[in-house]
Parts: sequence; structure tokens; C-alpha cells
Amino acid sequence: MSLLRRLLDKPWLGAYAGALAIWLATIAFTEGQGGAGVLTAALSFATFSVLVAIGQMYVITLGPGNVDLSIPATMTLAGAVSMKIMDGNDPMIVPGLLIALGCGAGVGVFNYGLIRLLRIPPIIATLSSSFVFLSAAISYSRGIRIKPPPLLADFTTWIVAGIPVLAVAGALLTLAMSVVLHRTVFGRTVTAIGQNPRAARLAGLHVDRVRFATYVMCGVFAGLTGYLVSGFSGGAALNMGSEYLLASIAVVVIGGTSVAGGFANLPGLWGAAMLLFLLVTMLNTYGFGAGIRLVLTGVIIIAVITLASRKAVR
Amino acid sequence: MNTALLARNARILLPTLSFVVILLAVFWLQPRAMSYVGLNLLLNLALPIAFATIAQMFVITVNDLDLSLGAYVGFVACVGATWLGEQPALGVLVLAAGIAVYAAVGALIHLRNLPSIVVTLGMSFVWLGLAILVLPTPGGKAPDWLRALMTWKTPIVPFAIYALLALAIIVHFGLMRSAYGAVLRGAGGNPRSVERAGWSLLRTKMVMFALAGVFGMFAGLALVGLTTSGDANIALRYTLLSIAGVILGGGEFTGGRISPVGAVIGAMTLTLAGSFLSFLRLDPDWQIGAQGVILIIVLALRVLINRAEARTA
Repeated sequence: MSLLRRLLDKPWLGAYAGALAIWLATIAFTEGQGGAGVLTAALSFATFSVLVAIGQMYVITLGPGNVDLSIPATMTLAGAVSMKIMDGNDPMIVPGLLIALGCGAGVGVFNYGLIRLLRIPPIIATLSSSFVFLSAAISYSRGIRIKPPPLLADFTTWIVAGIPVLAVAGALLTLAMSVVLHRTVFGRTVTAIGQNPRAARLAGLHVDRVRFATYVMCGVFAGLTGYLVSGFSGGAALNMGSEYLLASIAVVVIGGTSVAGGFANLPGLWGAAMLLFLLVTMLNTYGFGAGIRLVLTGVIIIAVITLASRKAVR
Repeated sequence: MNTALLARNARILLPTLSFVVILLAVFWLQPRAMSYVGLNLLLNLALPIAFATIAQMFVITVNDLDLSLGAYVGFVACVGATWLGEQPALGVLVLAAGIAVYAAVGALIHLRNLPSIVVTLGMSFVWLGLAILVLPTPGGKAPDWLRALMTWKTPIVPFAIYALLALAIIVHFGLMRSAYGAVLRGAGGNPRSVERAGWSLLRTKMVMFALAGVFGMFAGLALVGLTTSGDANIALRYTLLSIAGVILGGGEFTGGRISPVGAVIGAMTLTLAGSFLSFLRLDPDWQIGAQGVILIIVLALRVLINRAEARTA
């Protein structure tokens, strides 16, 4: 009984319940056909959304106004630079990864510089910097699409018994970041800043250092995702990050993290990411036109948020 | 000038200055722009952006953010290019329903205490979907009266300048000088005291979102009057442009601290920055990046000025 009560109190329950309901509605329509295949695909794509969302979640947890809009540009830049440097050579996979992470960290440093030194609100700071980095990516790649090294392509699309290996790695990383959030000084400080930045500062926490590290970390996750998506989809494309801007924010919030900051939730990310992908799959399966599909996507997102927030209303 | 007056106007001083600098830079690069036709070409696209920026400003005043604005402006443009000309009664009804939906979104956000970013994110899908349903492929035709209005040859300076001026003045007096305007801004600055004073926060939020719907509608109509045909994706970038315009114009994300005049100037500055960059014959790869750099420079200047002000005060 108390176990059930505790389970029902979990803020991520809505996301998983929604994902399950949508999956059932999809396979009911196809009479059980392809239900497992849909789940495999959903796990693959959800991994990418979850990876960018982890960074975004830490940033959002820092409190009102904190959000990183430069994620798509970071992904594109990291993907384009690492693909060009690896140039399809397997031995370059690790240096390529380090370069992608470095690009992400660089964007994070630049973003926090704008926020801290120039006191620009994070939304506008990351928006402006995303313009700059997108231009850098366009100028650097010159529109040429370079294939990823075969080994990287194989790894990102590797599926064992219906479960993408990448999703398992992503789940382990989520677990690790969950430990970081709840068990380390860094994670606790992020939460504390989100709950009350003044109290956190007065308590002697390193507020600036932690905020800096959080933005850099968000950039690193975006860089990693850009690298993996490029490997998965056969090269870096200039628009490859665009869908992840809305996805990263939506996944964080549907997953039960508070938009007002100070309360993060990692397990919910997977439920929310699966929900978003399965939603698109379901609407495609039902054979709706583009217009109806978009309207239903929006209505369902709002409905999920409204239902999930019921307990939060004071 | 006395310091009180200066302090009151400091919020729009920098936006004005940035606008003048960028206008002079455009004139310097392209002297032919210093004419009736030139100014018209430079500024007529500023009008829909200014309407959208004012719409975004209403939402920002009550501490929310509207990420669906660009999709909504595109939806209005699609309705304007189809039903409004063919069946005016239906067109007007649909546009009115759009405003009602905006008010309902405001109510939902307030009643359920939902994050506006996510709700409006969801709404952006809804508006985009509706726009595609109204006009599946780009096309349609703007009503003649709308095209006539937008291409109206007014005396001395182009229509866009009169319209921008009127927009800034009307919203300034409505929001900054009227009694109810103070209540509306107070709902963003100190919601609890506004509620204690007996005003309904639900109503203020609905009014602000409805106003955003009204001005977003004007943006869409102005846009379709200029382009003469509609497209569901025509205005998606307006979402970010409008937010940047509000902030560039001296507004802040929280606390009901906004400036309607500044917002209009911010929208004009953003429009001119685009023309300035194309006159510079910059490498097209760096066009977007340069816009980011201009945004950063103007915002950095604001900080420097604020700091200098704080030191003298």
C-alpha cells in the first residue's frame, strides 16, 4: 500500500503512463504488428533527446530564466567539426569525440561569459550565441556532408535483442547523472541555487562556479549528442539540431522537472522522450495529414502537462 | 536635463541610440536609402515585426513567454490570404476565435499554474497545424483592402513610419499611462499585492494574452498585406525576433518592467540590422552570426550604461 502510494507520488509517472497508453493505442491500430519494432526505434531516438535533455535539465534546475537555446547550434557545430576531422577514419573516433565534446564545452564557456560578464539574460545570451555558432558551422562545413567512420556508424545503430546498445549506454549515463544530482556537492548545489540563489550564496556555496560548470556541462552533452546523431544518420547536417530545441525543453518539463527550478527529475526524461517519439509514430500510423498531426501533437502535449501538474497546484 | 526625467527615460535611451546608429550606418553604406522609396523598403517589414514584438511584450509583462507567436502569426497570415478575402464573415469569425484561444491559454496557464514556455510550445504545434489545414501549400491572395492599406502612399514619409509611430504611442498610453495599464503591469511586478487590492489575476492574465492575440493578428495581417500571399511557415522566426525585440527595447523578462516605445524601436533595429548586413555584402554564411553579434553588442552596451548609472546615482 505504502509502496503504491509512493509510486503514485512520483512526478514521472504521468510521462510513462502517457507513453504506454500511446504505444498501446498504436499497436491496437496495427493489431499487434510491429509493436516491438516501434519500441526499438523509440529507444534509439529517445536516447538522443534524453542526452540533450540531461544538460538542459541541469540548466533549467538553476532557476527561473535559465535555459539553453544554443543546443541545436552546438550539436550542428560539434557534428560538423568532428565529422570533418575524422574524415571517415576509424582510428580518429576517439579524437573526434574529444573534439565534439570540446566544441560543446567551448560554447558553454562562451554562453556563461555572456551571462555572467555581460549580464545578458540566459535566453537571449544563448539565442545570440547560437546564431554565431550556427554561422561558424555553416562556414566551416561549406555544406559538404562527410560520412562518419564506419565503426561509429555501426556502434550508433547497433541493436542487440531489440534493444539499441546506445540506449543502454544512455541509460547508464542517466543513472550516473542521477547520482551526481542527488549525491554530490555539485548536484546538491545546482538544486539549492534553483530553490533560492540568495540562500545558496549566503550558505557559502560556490554559486558562480557551479552555474558556470552547469552551462559548460549542458554544452558538452549537446556536443556529445551532435557527434552521436551524426554517426547515426550518416553525417552532420546543418539542420540536424533544430528539432532538439523544443524537444529538449519539452522532455525536461513533461518528465516532471520543475520549470521554476530547484527540482530535477532524471527518470522522467526517458518516459517523456519515449512519449514524444511514440506520439509522432502513432499519428503517422493512423495516417493523418500533416496539419492534423501537428494539431494533435500540440493538444496532447498540453493535455499531458495539464494532467501531470495536477499535484503541483497549491 | 534633470536627473528624474533622465532616469525615467533611460530605459528607452539606449534602444533609440542603437537604432539611430544602425540607421546612420545603413545610410552611409547605401545613400539611396535616404529617400521615400528607400525608407519604405527598409521599414515596411518592420511593421509586422513591431506588432509581433508588442504582442510578445504583453505576455512578458505578466512574467510569461509566448513561444507560439510565430506560428500564430503564420496562421493569421494563412487565414488572411484565404478566408478573409473569399468569405469575410468566416474569416473574421476565425480570427476572433484565435484571440479567444489566446485568452483561454492565459487562463489555463494561470489556473493550473503551468509553465508558459511548455504550454505555448504545445500551442505552436497547434497553430502550425491549423495553418497547414487552412492553406496546405503556400499561396492564396490577400484581400484588396489590406494590400491597399499596406501599400498606401502617405505624404512626406512612408505609411510604415506613421503606423509604427501610432503603434508606439497608443500602446504607451494604454499600458504605461492608464489606470488599468498600471494594474496589468502590476500583475507582473507584484501579483500578490494586485490580488490583495481586489483585482482578479485570472482576468489580468486573460486580458494580456488576449491583447497578445490581437496584436499578433495585426502582425499576421500586416505581413500578408505586404507579401500578398500566405504560407504556414512564413513567420516562424518571429517568435525569437519578438523576444529579442522586447529585450533590445529595454524590457525585462520578469517584474512587469517593459517599454512599449522601446519594443517598437527594438523591432525596427532588428529589421534594419538585417538590411545593414545585406548592404555590407557580408559572406552569406556569416549573416545569421553577425545578427547574433549585433544583439550581443547592444545588450553589452546596456550593461555598461546601467553600471555607469549605478555608480553616479
